[in-house]
Amino acid sequence: MSSSLVYAYYPGCSGLGTSLEYDRSTRALCAALGIKLIDIPDWSCCGSTPAHTVDHTLSGALSARNIAQAESLDVQGIITPCPSCLTNLKTASYRMRDEGFKNKVNKLLDTPCRNDLPIMSVLQVLFEKVGPDAIKNKTTIPLKGIKVAPYYGCIMNRPPKIMNFDDCENPIAMDVLMEAAGAEVMPFPLKVECCGASYGVAKKEMVTTLSGKLLDMAADCGATSMVTACPLCQMNLDLRQSQVNRANKSHHEMPIFYYTQLLGMALGLNDEDLMLNKLCVSPNKVFYSLREPQRAEAS
Amino acid sequence: MNNFRLNGSINTEFINEVQKRSGQNISLCYQCGNCTAGCPYTTFYDIPVSKIMRYVQAGLKEEALSCSSIWLCATCESCTTRCPNEIDVAHVMDVLRHMAREEGYEPEPQIKTFWDSFLNSVKRHGRVFEVGVMGEYMAKTGRIFTDMDLGLKVIPKGKLGLKPHDIVGKEEVAKIFERYNQEYKS
Repeated sequence: MSSSLVYAYYPGCSGLGTSLEYDRSTRALCAALGIKLIDIPDWSCCGSTPAHTVDHTLSGALSARNIAQAESLDVQGIITPCPSCLTNLKTASYRMRDEGFKNKVNKLLDTPCRNDLPIMSVLQVLFEKVGPDAIKNKTTIPLKGIKVAPYYGCIMNRPPKIMNFDDCENPIAMDVLMEAAGAEVMPFPLKVECCGASYGVAKKEMVTTLSGKLLDMAADCGATSMVTACPLCQMNLDLRQSQVNRANKSHHEMPIFYYTQLLGMALGLNDEDLMLNKLCVSPNKVFYSLREPQRAEAS
Repeated sequence: MNNFRLNGSINTEFINEVQKRSGQNISLCYQCGNCTAGCPYTTFYDIPVSKIMRYVQAGLKEEALSCSSIWLCATCESCTTRCPNEIDVAHVMDVLRHMAREEGYEPEPQIKTFWDSFLNSVKRHGRVFEVGVMGEYMAKTGRIFTDMDLGLKVIPKGKLGLKPHDIVGKEEVAKIFERYNQEYKS
């Protein structure tokens, strides 16, 4: 592990509200692993899905303002925990390789974007730059007894030409990191299937159907919890789990962790940083199974 | 399934515009159906994505721009990832949405209203204010009980910021929208 990992950090809007615990645990985990994060000064919203459904230049400019803000910092690149922010920033950067598109985008900005910083997810940096061995070495409370289904969501790795990370059909980064922290990783075939995205508000049945499939499959695979890297996936599976159960007549009580919370737990981070009390589906049952083998060993 | 005539005059202007805006060669699609097979949203679509590609190839503008599917696509990228001819299908769906907006098609008004409310929030504050987006959405659609059950869950957890997150450069962000409207939307 290098001791000089310094990145411009793009928290994303949900980190200020519905995914507070993801932002907090990401920052704490990065600090524990020697990654220095510098918040992008006065960062703004990337426009998410709504912007690219209106126009690609508008969407590109909303992302590029943030890339330009990061260009004033002395960093190795930009990282973000949120796959939706990531895909917007990376797509904007990819399209700006075309000078014509770059000019159109820069025409909308106060400060033009140079577009020369690499952009990665926090997960990619943890997997490629920090690595599973470092996680393993720093693990003080192995996640023994936790049977977890890793769920990446649809856009962390796709399309491969732009995202350029892990495998687009069967990503393994979270699987490997979870295993390094001592968890039992279940084979989960719906790793990159869509959860219903942001249609929970306007078309709820799309989310209850698609997220329902994910919960059913995770349970069928023997998982007692799921781990995600996406605030929207986490919200659909956790906060909306009661709606999913109602719509599908199912009875899931599946805790949905952010991978940063579970890794943080293994590294012995404190409750304030993990914010496990922010989860809607209580993880207490899972913790019981976590403590059980350790209790047995101690007695 | 509706039949459509291919012996009338073909709207080549439409085909060319979709190709130009998306940068994709639509004629490469040989209708293998891989995009539809992997699309998680096919259950909800009125027209499957492979058939929309066929509509574009055939220059059937009205059929392609008036369908619900282009508003239900979540850009999950399975179609793009799995196309054997490397057509960026999700990009084509996005371009069709842009054109449908411009031509005033609105088969899914709730989705459009949600997206518009989201962007209005970004324009106003520089960052999304979740409660504000929901407020505007509920006011415009009249669906005032939307997700009330969830609100009651997250508010006690302090996960729903009740104040907007205005940034210092919010005028700068608003100007992005204004310049876009002036430059490209006239």
